[in-house]
Amino acid sequence: MPEKIIESYNVKRIEILDEKGNADESLMPSLSNEQIKKMYELLVHSRTFDQRALNLQREGRLGTYASILGQEASQIGSAFALEKSDWIFPSFREMGVYITMGYPLYMLFQYWSGDERGVKCPDDLNIFPVCVPVGTQIPHAIGAAMGVKYKKDKKAVVCYFGDGGTSEGDFHEGMNFAGVFKLPVVFICQNNHWAISVPLKKQTASKTLAQKAFAYGFEGIQIDGNDVFAVYKTVKEALEKAKKDNGPTFIECFTYRMSDHTTADDAIRYRSKEEVEAWKAKDPIQRLKLFMEKKGLWNANYQKDIEDKAKAAVDEAVRNEEAIEHPEPKDLFKFTYEKMTSRQIRQMKDF
Amino acid sequence: MPTLNMVQAINLALKEEMQRDKNVVLLGEDVGKDGGVFRVTEGLLEQFGSERVMDTPLAESVIAGAAIGMALYGLKPVAEIQFMGFIYPAIDQIFSHASRIRSRSRGRFTCPLVVRAPYGAGIKAPELHSESTEALFCHMPGIKVVVPSSPYSAKGLLISSIRDPDPVIFLESSRLYRSIKEDVPEGEYTIPLGKARVVQEGTDVTVIAWGSMLQRALKAVEGVNAEVIDLMTLSPFDEETILKSVKKTGRIIIAHEAVKTCGFGAELSATIAEDAMLHLKAPIMRVTGYDVVLPLPKLEDFYIPTAARIKKAIEEVMKY
Ligand SMILES: Cc1ncc(C[n+]2csc(CCOP(=O)(O)OP(=O)(O)O)c2C)c(N)n1
Ligand SMILES: [Mg+2]
Repeated sequence: MPEKIIESYNVKRIEILDEKGNADESLMPSLSNEQIKKMYELLVHSRTFDQRALNLQREGRLGTYASILGQEASQIGSAFALEKSDWIFPSFREMGVYITMGYPLYMLFQYWSGDERGVKCPDDLNIFPVCVPVGTQIPHAIGAAMGVKYKKDKKAVVCYFGDGGTSEGDFHEGMNFAGVFKLPVVFICQNNHWAISVPLKKQTASKTLAQKAFAYGFEGIQIDGNDVFAVYKTVKEALEKAKKDNGPTFIECFTYRMSDHTTADDAIRYRSKEEVEAWKAKDPIQRLKLFMEKKGLWNANYQKDIEDKAKAAVDEAVRNEEAIEHPEPKDLFKFTYEKMTSRQIRQMKDF
Repeated sequence: MPTLNMVQAINLALKEEMQRDKNVVLLGEDVGKDGGVFRVTEGLLEQFGSERVMDTPLAESVIAGAAIGMALYGLKPVAEIQFMGFIYPAIDQIFSHASRIRSRSRGRFTCPLVVRAPYGAGIKAPELHSESTEALFCHMPGIKVVVPSSPYSAKGLLISSIRDPDPVIFLESSRLYRSIKEDVPEGEYTIPLGKARVVQEGTDVTVIAWGSMLQRALKAVEGVNAEVIDLMTLSPFDEETILKSVKKTGRIIIAHEAVKTCGFGAELSATIAEDAMLHLKAPIMRVTGYDVVLPLPKLEDFYIPTAARIKKAIEEVMKY
């Protein structure tokens, strides 16, 4: 018997907006000028937030913080495609997603300052609290998508995680469920090329992360994660597919972690300056700016105006956060169970 | 003799054991190039190469499971789990296999491995970076649990753990990593597993502590004629030293950072009640973390038992 090829797969890569701000018109998603400006403003806003968080951490006013620098297009582009009714399961590096969904800024500062009240999601959003154990939110997204499917809701579930997350068992088990149950879930993997000090090539021997999806019976797509149009378009289509009950999609956002892993890390120890420099040229905000300039949507005054607005919003959020009184020690006990146990009530008398 | 902190002492133990025995290998997330997020394995990749100091993909279950396979094959793996709060994916491997392979194979196969992990609160870290769930592992026969409280004991205990024929969970207080220094001899010395250390002798009350709580216990007993026991190995624990002390002082305080309910203090209290009840002059008291989810940094100082709380417990038992 001759050997036969019984299956083969092709992994697509999507790029729309290049580093010089030229967009491939044939692939451009339909976005009004107002929407494009809104995206740009969210990018600037998120970066302003991020830089302030880093500064506050340095001053000792925030705890350990995980910067999103360089990954803004992956986050804003994907969240821009979502509706408030969709469900979001983030990891810990998705401040751009929270900001795009309209999560109160001061609460983000509150969370990173070490106050759990900051992750109590407002009632009109379905965004889950920061998930610290890598990859463990993936099964939750699966379960929520099973709920959506069971209730026949017109919603999708999105799950964010990093390249490192794809090495955990929960990722593989969750992907398998998504394929088997044909779930309305979109996996957004920000491949920022590093998991703390471990580079992508030591994380996986696969050429792409996108190809992993094919093994579970659904499509994986790699996109330029610094290209807000490619991210928006791909995620939007995947969400539509999910909402039509046509199953899951895995999207690998090819991007780069420009900062240290967190403020507790020092990336100089393990990666070269040249590598970081090379990625600077791919900055997601710069290229959208160039695009808008060509379209007459951007000028220096506009830039100043939105930067001022972003700064003012962040200033106000910091002020609001710092005006909140310190959490009460009694707060320690209040959310373990719906009702405190008698033992907890006794322990609480220490305060 | 060099004065080292805990990070340096553990690093030295690893280095010396790797020099002594080429079957000792390290694996874990960020343990190589980065030298570990706390720098405990710093310099070891450079010295021993990537075949012995392995930066692994991000997968705790396989880190533990592969350590089991290596141990079965005759290596002496020392696996690092980056924080104790991330050990849960590895628990299946540790509980279902590491703990019972000796028993399952009637001694034909054994699991001489060490899983190291930083534990405990007090470093203002994000969620799940501050856990002290040592009692979980003590509940599993076949696993040894070691918790050093100082640089000197960390080195001696780690060497013993690496040489031990059974699996050892070795928990390092991240709060202590750089906060205390002590003379630590170069060259090998071992501290036997399963033996507690009487840090200070006394007659009126005994305070039992381990790991991160020892310093606070010592502070709390200032001005009291107290015996202080550093348990060091929780499983198997040193019943003899504890019971001897109970018989001497008749008053027992157990201090641990973990939550109270089913914390390891419960096992110690029950043992004392079973075996030395009639020597007690006062009720046994536990000074522990509260029965709550470990808080984020803004409240963590309220969670961790303080020297003042231990002191108060001492005053209580001294009323009897
Ligand atoms: C289960 C688990 N193991 C280890 C860690 C420690 N840790 C935090 S982030 C991280 C790397 C994550 O890399 P990746 O998934 O690529 O996400 P990125 O940080 O790049 O956004 C590690 C090892 C953790 N949080 N959870
Ligand atoms: Mg990454």
